[in-house]
Amino acid sequence: MTTRVGVVLFPGSNCEHDAIEAVESLGGKGELIWHGEAEVGDVDAVILPGGFAHGDYLRPGAIARFSPVMTAVARFAAEGGPVVGICNGFQVLTEAGLLPGALQKNRGLKFVCTTVELEVSSTRSVLTSGAAAGQRLRIPINHFEGNYTCDEATLRTLEAEDRVVLRYVDNPNGSTASIAGISNEAGNVVGLMPHPERACDPLLGSDDGRVLLGSLLSVPAR
Amino acid sequence: MDQPVHRALGLTDDEAASIDRILGRHPNYLELAMYSVMWSEHCSYKSSRLHLRRLPTEAPWVLVGPGEGAGVIDAGDGIAVALRIESHNHPSAVEPYQGAATGVGGIIRDLFSMGARPVAVMDPLRFGPLDDPRSRWILEGVVSGISGYGNSVGVPNVGGELVFDACYTGNPLVNVLCLGVMPKDRLVLARATGVGNLAVLLGSSTGRDGIGGVSVLASAGFGDAEAEAAKRPSVQVGDPFEEKRLIEACLQLLDEGLAVGVQDLGGAGLTCATSETASRGGMGMDVYVSEVARREPGMEPFEVMTSESQERMLAIVEPGNLDRVLEVARQWEVRASVVGTVTAGGSLRILERPDGEVLADIPAASLHEDAPLYDRPQAEPARPTPADAAADDPANLPAPGDCGPDLLALLADPAWAYRQYDHQLFLNTVEAPGADAAVLRLGGPGLPRTGRGLALSTDGNHRWCAIDPKLGTAMVVAESALNVACAGAKPAALVNCLNFGNPEHPEVMWQLSQSIDGMGEACRSLGIPVIGGNVSLYNESHGRDIDPTPIVGVLGLIDHLERRPPSPILIDDGRLLLLGETESVLGGSRWAVDINGRRGGTLPALDLETHGRLLDLVRLLANDGVAAGLHDVSEGGLAVTLTEMALRSGVGFRVAGIANHAELFSESPSRAVVCAEPDAAQAIFRQAQAAGVPAAFLGGTGGDRLVVDGLVDLSLADAERAWRDTIPDALAAGTAN
Repeated sequence: MTTRVGVVLFPGSNCEHDAIEAVESLGGKGELIWHGEAEVGDVDAVILPGGFAHGDYLRPGAIARFSPVMTAVARFAAEGGPVVGICNGFQVLTEAGLLPGALQKNRGLKFVCTTVELEVSSTRSVLTSGAAAGQRLRIPINHFEGNYTCDEATLRTLEAEDRVVLRYVDNPNGSTASIAGISNEAGNVVGLMPHPERACDPLLGSDDGRVLLGSLLSVPAR
Repeated sequence: MDQPVHRALGLTDDEAASIDRILGRHPNYLELAMYSVMWSEHCSYKSSRLHLRRLPTEAPWVLVGPGEGAGVIDAGDGIAVALRIESHNHPSAVEPYQGAATGVGGIIRDLFSMGARPVAVMDPLRFGPLDDPRSRWILEGVVSGISGYGNSVGVPNVGGELVFDACYTGNPLVNVLCLGVMPKDRLVLARATGVGNLAVLLGSSTGRDGIGGVSVLASAGFGDAEAEAAKRPSVQVGDPFEEKRLIEACLQLLDEGLAVGVQDLGGAGLTCATSETASRGGMGMDVYVSEVARREPGMEPFEVMTSESQERMLAIVEPGNLDRVLEVARQWEVRASVVGTVTAGGSLRILERPDGEVLADIPAASLHEDAPLYDRPQAEPARPTPADAAADDPANLPAPGDCGPDLLALLADPAWAYRQYDHQLFLNTVEAPGADAAVLRLGGPGLPRTGRGLALSTDGNHRWCAIDPKLGTAMVVAESALNVACAGAKPAALVNCLNFGNPEHPEVMWQLSQSIDGMGEACRSLGIPVIGGNVSLYNESHGRDIDPTPIVGVLGLIDHLERRPPSPILIDDGRLLLLGETESVLGGSRWAVDINGRRGGTLPALDLETHGRLLDLVRLLANDGVAAGLHDVSEGGLAVTLTEMALRSGVGFRVAGIANHAELFSESPSRAVVCAEPDAAQAIFRQAQAAGVPAAFLGGTGGDRLVVDGLVDLSLADAERAWRDTIPDALAAGTAN
C-alpha cells in the first residue's frame, strides 16, 4: 500500500515540489497541503519543506507557526503521526514548540549551500529507522539560519534520550554538538537542516537521502 | 537660470521637438516625463538598435526572438525554454545590495510574465580590483543581494563569472541571466487585445522608489562619490517574498487561461507596461491613476506613472474572468486592482480616475516606435605610437624563469560567492557552479522528466575585446559554445548583454559596432541564433569608459542525460591530451594583463570552421563516457586549465613538451584538455585525428605535484591554498563605502 505524504505549502515555501518528486521516486504518493487548511487530511506522514515561509520575515518560522495548518500538524504529531521538517520546516517546528531549541544564523554570518557529510547518530527516529548507526551520508545543506542552539539541560536530555538524529562530520555552521537533526521524545517528529530530497538521484551527485526518506515511507500506513 | 524641463528629464532639444511634432502641441509635464523614461537609452536602445539588426536571430527551433520579455526555444517533448539576460550595473554601483537584488527580481518577472517558471539564474559579475576597499564593499553587497533575493524567491543560481579589473572600479558590471521552462502551450506574449478588456495591476503598492531609474541611473555615467550617493533614491528596493507569491499567482492565472497577456513592470514602470502591451496589441488604453495602490500619500501622477517599485505585474483580463483573477490573487495574498481598460484607437490616456480628468493623451505606439534612432558617429581608437605599442605588448616581456608564482597569482576560487547561492532547488542541477557549464535536467515543477538536459554558460572577456572588439567577441562566443559542448550539449541559442561605455564617444560606438559584427559572424558560423539581449551603455566613471564587455549566455541541449557528463577533473594514472593547437600569443591573456599590466599586443587567431569541428568532437566525447575529465582551455591558458582540473580532484599532473611561458599561458581559442585512462586516451587520440582535430599527448596524472617540465613545479597543497584563500583573504581586509 502506498504511503501518502502531505507536504505543507506555506506562502514562500519553495522545496515542496522537490519533496513530492523525491517521495514519489521512492514509491510514495505526495500531495500538497495549503497552510490555511485546518486539517492535514488523509495522509500517513507530513513533511514541512524547505524555503522561506512568509518570507522568513521577523524570524524563520516565527509567522508560519501561526498558520492554521500548524494546529493540525501538532495534533497529527500528538497522535503519533510522522512529521519531518526539512530546513525551513525544522525552523518552523522549533518555533511551534514541537521540537526544542532554535536555529540561529550560521557562524560566519553567510548563507551556505554545499554538500556535507553527515553521520547517523540515532536510528530510533522515523527518518533514520532504516539507516545504520554511524552510517555516513552525503547530503546538501542550504541555509542561513542553520546553527542549532539549545541550553545545556536540553542538550543533555537530547543526548540521554538518543534524540540527536544526525550530526555533521565537519560542522559547517557552528551548531551545538554538531547537531544537524533532532527528534522529539517519541521519535515521530524530526527536524533537520540538510535536504535529503536533494540527494535521491545519483545524477544529482548523491542518492544518500533515499535511506532517510525511505525510512519515512516505511512507517505503517495509518 | 534653470535648464528647460525636458533637459532636466534627460531629453535633448531635438527629442523635445519630435514630441511636439507627434502631439501637434507642447506636451504637459506628465507626458514629457513619460516620453523621457520611454525614450531613455535603457528603454529605447536608441544608440544600438540600428546595429543589433545585424545579428542572426532565426532558427527552426526559435519560438520567440529578440524584442519580447525573453527569447524562447522549443526544447522538444512539449517543453519550451525561455532565456533572458539583463544588466543592473548602475543601481549596483550606487546601492550594491538592493541594486543586485532587484536585478534578480526584475529578470525573473520577465520570464514568468511569459508563462515560464524561472528555474535558474546565473550571474556574470565584474568589479574593481580586490585591493580597493570600495570595490570590496560593492562585491560584498552585490553577492549578498543576489543571495538574499534569489534564495528567498526560490530560483537557484547555477553559475556565472567573477572577474576583477581596474576598468570596473566605480562601475561594476552586474549582469544576470535567467532561464525558465514551461509547457509550450502556456507561452503568452505581452499583448493587450480586446476592447473593454481590463488591465489588472498585481503585486506591490507603488511608491516613490526608483523614479526615473532608467533615465537618471541607467543612461548616464558616474562622477564623484557624493553624486553617486545622491542617486541612491533612484534605486528600487526589493521584496522577494512578494515576488514569490506573485510568481505563483501569475503562473496559476496563465495555467487557468485567465489572462490575455501579462507584462512585468520594470524600467519605466506603468508607463512602459501599459504603452507596450497596448501598442503591441494594436490598441489603446485608459489608465486610472486613482486606482493604483500607493505606498504614501501625495504622490503626483508622473510619480505613479514612472515609479519603478518592484514586484508588480500588469495582466490583461477579460471582464468575465475578473472575479476568478481576484480570487487567485487573494489566495496568494497578492494585491490586485483594475487600473485600466483596453480601448480602440491607439491612444494611451492617463485619467485622474475612471471618467475623471484626462491628464495625458498620447499615441501609445509613439513611446516605442517613434523613439529616436541614432546612428552615432564611430571612430576607431587612435593607434598608439610604435614605442607605446611595444611597451604595452606582452610579447616583449622577459620570460619568467619559474612560472609557478605567476600561476599561483592567477588562482581564485569563486566558491566564496556561489556557496552563498542556493544552486540546487528543483532537483535539476547535475553540474553545480565551478565547472565549464552548468548542467541541468530539463524539467521543473509541473513538467515531466524527459531524460534530457540543458547546459548553460555565461562568458565575457574584456581583455580580448579591448584589443580587438570584433575578434574578441567572436572568441567569447566560441568559448561559450565550447563550454556547453564540454557538457555534451549542442548550442541552441545565445543571449547577450552588451556592456559598453558612453555611446556619445565615437570610440565606444566603434567598439559596440565591431563587437556586434564579431558576434554575428561567430553565431552564423556556429549556427547559433541570438534570441535576446540587453544593451548597457554609459558604463563609465570619472570620464573613463570601461573596456568593451559583451557578455554572452549560451544555452545548449543535451539529448541523453543518463549519467553525469565528465567534469573538469583528473584521475590517478590517467593520460592528458590536448585537443586543438596552441598559438603562443599572449595579447589579452590574464598573464599579460593581470600579472604584468600589459593590455596591448595582438590576439591569437580564431578559425570558426576548426572550432565547429572541435565542438562536435568534444560533444561526442562528453556523451560517450570515455573521457574521465574534460575542460576547455580559456583564461590563464593551459596552466590554469590543468591546475583547475587538479584542484577539483586532488590529483596532480606532470606535463612535458611545453616550450615556454607563452605556450603555457596563451589563451588561444579552440582548445580542450582531456584526461582519460591510457587505453581510452589512445582511442580519443585516433577519434580526434579522424575528426580533423589536432591532438597531442601532454603527459600523465597522479601524485600531489603540479609539474610542467622546465616551467612549473608546485605542490598541490600550495595551489589549493592560493585557490581557496585569495578572495576570502582579500575581503578580510575590510571594506569602505
